[in-house]
Amino acid sequence: MTDGTLDTARPVKGRSLRDDAIDRLKANRAAVASIALLIFMTVACFLGPLISPHDFDAVYPSYVKVPASLEAYPKEGDLEGILESNLRRARLALEDWRLEDGILTLETRSTRGDIDPRLAEYLARADSLNEVRIVSIGEDGKTATFEAALERQYFFFGTDANGRDLLTRTLIAGRVSIVIGLLATLVALLIGVTYGAIAGYLGGRIDMLLMRVVDILYSLPFIFFVILLVVFFGRNFILMFIAVGAVEWLDMARIVRGQAISLRRQEYVQAAQAMGVDGRGILRRHIVPNLLGPVVIYMTLMVPRVILLESFLSFLGLGVQEPMTSWGVLISEGARNIQGAPWMLIFPSLFLTATLFALNFIGDGLRDALDPKER
Amino acid sequence: MFLYVMRRLTAAVPTLFIIVTLAFFLIRVAPGGPFDLERPLEAKVMENLMRIYQLDKPLWEQYLIYLQNMLQGDLGPSFYFRDFSVRQLLGEGLPISMELGAWALFLALMIGTGLGSFAALRQNRAGDFAVMGVATAGITIPNFVVAPLLTLLLAVYLDWLPAGGWNNGAWQNKLLPIVTLSLPQIAVVARLTRGAMIEALRSHHVRTARAYGLPGYVVVVVHALRSAILPVVSYAGPAAAALLTGSVVIETIFGIPGIGRYFVQGALNRDYTLVMGTVVVIACFIVVFNLIVDLLYAVIDPRVRYD
Repeated sequence: MTDGTLDTARPVKGRSLRDDAIDRLKANRAAVASIALLIFMTVACFLGPLISPHDFDAVYPSYVKVPASLEAYPKEGDLEGILESNLRRARLALEDWRLEDGILTLETRSTRGDIDPRLAEYLARADSLNEVRIVSIGEDGKTATFEAALERQYFFFGTDANGRDLLTRTLIAGRVSIVIGLLATLVALLIGVTYGAIAGYLGGRIDMLLMRVVDILYSLPFIFFVILLVVFFGRNFILMFIAVGAVEWLDMARIVRGQAISLRRQEYVQAAQAMGVDGRGILRRHIVPNLLGPVVIYMTLMVPRVILLESFLSFLGLGVQEPMTSWGVLISEGARNIQGAPWMLIFPSLFLTATLFALNFIGDGLRDALDPKER
Repeated sequence: MFLYVMRRLTAAVPTLFIIVTLAFFLIRVAPGGPFDLERPLEAKVMENLMRIYQLDKPLWEQYLIYLQNMLQGDLGPSFYFRDFSVRQLLGEGLPISMELGAWALFLALMIGTGLGSFAALRQNRAGDFAVMGVATAGITIPNFVVAPLLTLLLAVYLDWLPAGGWNNGAWQNKLLPIVTLSLPQIAVVARLTRGAMIEALRSHHVRTARAYGLPGYVVVVVHALRSAILPVVSYAGPAAAALLTGSVVIETIFGIPGIGRYFVQGALNRDYTLVMGTVVVIACFIVVFNLIVDLLYAVIDPRVRYD
């Protein structure tokens, strides 16, 4: 028995601060669930559109604003109406139809002139009909029998006002929103950390000057700034979000500066100074790496802010332009069609809110994990 | 006290000046002009328009003219809404925005501090988690999602309230905008109050009050809440400025004739004077409310004095 004796065969493994932090994060169920949800959301948004049978900009004129449904379109009850309207465009009247094993047989009568065999190709353009061919044309040239494969489409989230699949569009929109969130955050991170670290490390008059600039930028209404950027950079959304990142760095700079001031007085920084390491080297080797904790926390909270900002701009019609889309665009379209097509509002809102929730919980969880005092 | 207020207001003048200057030149640097239509105007017409609105003069001269007019309270004519001066537009819109904002602020402070204290007194119990869960939702869900969803539920499905419009300020039309405006603020205030309240309940002066044998109600409301409300007050200053000057989203969704819209529309239409007017109004509100916050601090916290 090994009671009371130490197992010396195994080397004792120390617990680093990072292990502690990871354990604390794992114990936070909301944060873990959020990470899982976020990973799922990202994978869905990036792979979903590739798997989806619909293109995000494919228009189905027969299915404008159809409600979300797990059943395939066209539905049994609507089929006759859809066929009639398809035939009407070819100036044909529907006399009789039947459906066997996905093959439609249509008995039609022309409402104007003789039937042209080329009509088959014309009919095949309809969203629900495929491989249309003429079986027989009647003696008088006025009646004809067509055969066509019935094409069924699934619209799990319904379609929008142009008849585009909302599921694919929501996923594509998520892709845009997430990329923009990360991109702008990265830009804000670069500017904010550099600016704040320089101000905090150098201190004195330079610090004063740099921070006054930040104060003045703070007092300008934020939306004013963003709208000006939109005006400057036009509708190029990549450029615009680099610009939004360039506005969002103010908080980051303040946080980093505060940290840098306290780091500057640490012994190891003074040791590096004593050994003659130049300012840039100290910033890169000592100051910035030690700042990363609060910066990472702030970053996870900034991504949802940027996504929200992008949605807000898109909501105002200043963001991403058609046919590209983002959650903000979809929500604003949904808000406009709220009376007839509530699913257009509900699904994108659900995706946006879920992502924002997840990011916020992860941010809170990280803060609690990295800084247990804050609890 | 009076001297302090005067000093603060004088100190605000350079800040306002810098903001006005920055805004003036920033909006002017933006490409395009107020009279750029899809089909260009005739050269002669354009020239006349530019002369009437004094846009043909050099930029610094326009800036000086604008400053001079502004000091006399004249914010200029709107370039986009012809026949309206900016003062008229702001004069009509501002009371509406302020009314909605004031209600939202009132609700946020009342309900927010109430919920926050409630949660703090039940820290880490079911009531606390419920309140904080709702508060997180309130902060996370953006108002341009909340507003249409509330409209969908209360106006479209239940048909209790009108979906939008102002209708000369009938209370039915105000209800949804006020609620939507106040929800995120309630959430933030509740979170702030809870955090500060938990700390306050552990502090020495509250323990002393308990030791005196004061009733629980007095301890919480008079002694703990007084120090717990401080972070809420400093948050409420900028928040009040933002709420009272109108929200673009709320005014767009509910079709309310406030001044929130002017900001975005003005910038997009290059309605220089309207944008400038809005910036000036917002900046003034921020200055005034920051001052009010500092004065309130002195009232609430006996350690703060301005003599």
